[in-house]
Amino acid sequence: MTGLTDFNVIWDNFAHFMIGRYPSGPMGGVMLTLYLAFVSLVLSFFGGMILGLLCVSQNRIIRYPTLIVVNAIRGIPLLMVIFWMYFLLPAIMGGTVPESWTVIMALSIFTSTYMSQIVQAGIEGIPKGQTEAALSTGLHHWQAMLYIVLPQALRNMIPSFVNQFVSMIKDTSLAFIVGVSELTHVATQVNNRTMIYPAEIFLFISIIYFIICFAFTSLSRWLEMRLAWRKAI
Amino acid sequence: MLNYHFDWAIVTSGQYFEWLVSGVKVTIELSVVSIALSFILGLFIAVMRMSTIKPILWFSHAYLEFFRNTPLLVQIFFWYFGSYQILPQVANDWLNTVNFEFAAAVIALTIYTSAFIAEDIRSGVRSIPKEQMEAARSSGFSFLRSMQYIILPQAVRITIPPLINQFLNLTKNSSLAMTIGVAELTYQARQVESYTFKGFEAFTAATLVYLGMSIIITWLVTLYSKKVLNPMGVRV
Repeated sequence: MTGLTDFNVIWDNFAHFMIGRYPSGPMGGVMLTLYLAFVSLVLSFFGGMILGLLCVSQNRIIRYPTLIVVNAIRGIPLLMVIFWMYFLLPAIMGGTVPESWTVIMALSIFTSTYMSQIVQAGIEGIPKGQTEAALSTGLHHWQAMLYIVLPQALRNMIPSFVNQFVSMIKDTSLAFIVGVSELTHVATQVNNRTMIYPAEIFLFISIIYFIICFAFTSLSRWLEMRLAWRKAI
Repeated sequence: MLNYHFDWAIVTSGQYFEWLVSGVKVTIELSVVSIALSFILGLFIAVMRMSTIKPILWFSHAYLEFFRNTPLLVQIFFWYFGSYQILPQVANDWLNTVNFEFAAAVIALTIYTSAFIAEDIRSGVRSIPKEQMEAARSSGFSFLRSMQYIILPQAVRITIPPLINQFLNLTKNSSLAMTIGVAELTYQARQVESYTFKGFEAFTAATLVYLGMSIIITWLVTLYSKKVLNPMGVRV
């Protein structure tokens, strides 16, 4: 045991950890981690919404295939999805695809399937009477979903969405595998260069991840409490 | 893509098939060892989380929040690269005599999963009526003994479906061990890909194995809920 001896390695590379080589080169570190997470969040929000609506569709020809695909993707590790994207995207797009987009697509598809479960649960949590009332006022089925059920369901889903976002921030660390220079990748680079401070480096980046994720976890808890309180009155 | 020649034979027989099979074995081994250890650790953390002694409570709270809010990959790297810095000499010597990559992956997976399991156990305990604890305490059991004999045996029974789900997550998470060179399924699939350039076949095989495992595990949860929990009157 040599203990945690020297944190100077952190301060010497601090800018590298935070923004990579940003102003003069591509962005990296925490900045890229957040970028990947936010872009994937937006894409998977819409992806999850569409998949979720397809999962609760009245039409079996739409519902069953969607359920099969969603559950199949939920059944495999994210790492597998990343490798699939790594192979398939260039084949589909007919050219090279930047690694960061490989990761963004993989994260979005993977998280969309989890989001779709949240959407499904949210929609099923709204009493049937709401849909029936909407239909009896003459709305079409999709109008009832879009204007009556979904707006109420969305509010209840927000805490779960935030939790999913936290998972996503943690999952961006897997971008390391395909060589995207986000925080974990930067840490391994610095570790390869300095050799003798691995514990300091990985402890430091786990604290950074912790600060970001804990902030969002707390936000989700607060939202949940607020929602429960609003329902109570 | 159009002039790609599929060659499924390489993943259904011969040397590469054997690689994949050995990968499946390591994945299962890694998952089973880690789930057993993380169940024990999770149980301890869950009991600590319900303790009335402040420092123990704080410690368990910090443990849960920290390990649930940091990426598993970073934890794996921390233990793999950094364990010699923070573990005592005896532990390091022992780790060097065993398969070190495997051990580091087990440590990381165990600690990560134990935090999730502890929360599952805690919600299981919360579903046991409070009166049970009061009754146990008033008949002379200490806090730990009433946990051991009265609360936990019931709570664990309710917690089994989420535990099996954690096992499923663990199996999927174990794929991250490839980053430190544990020769599990994803690692072997990648190995086959780099030896044969038949990535499509190799990853299809690995994907199907993972899918098979998830289907079996999900089926087990359903079966358990039907056969054991429903007769107990527990609704999951």
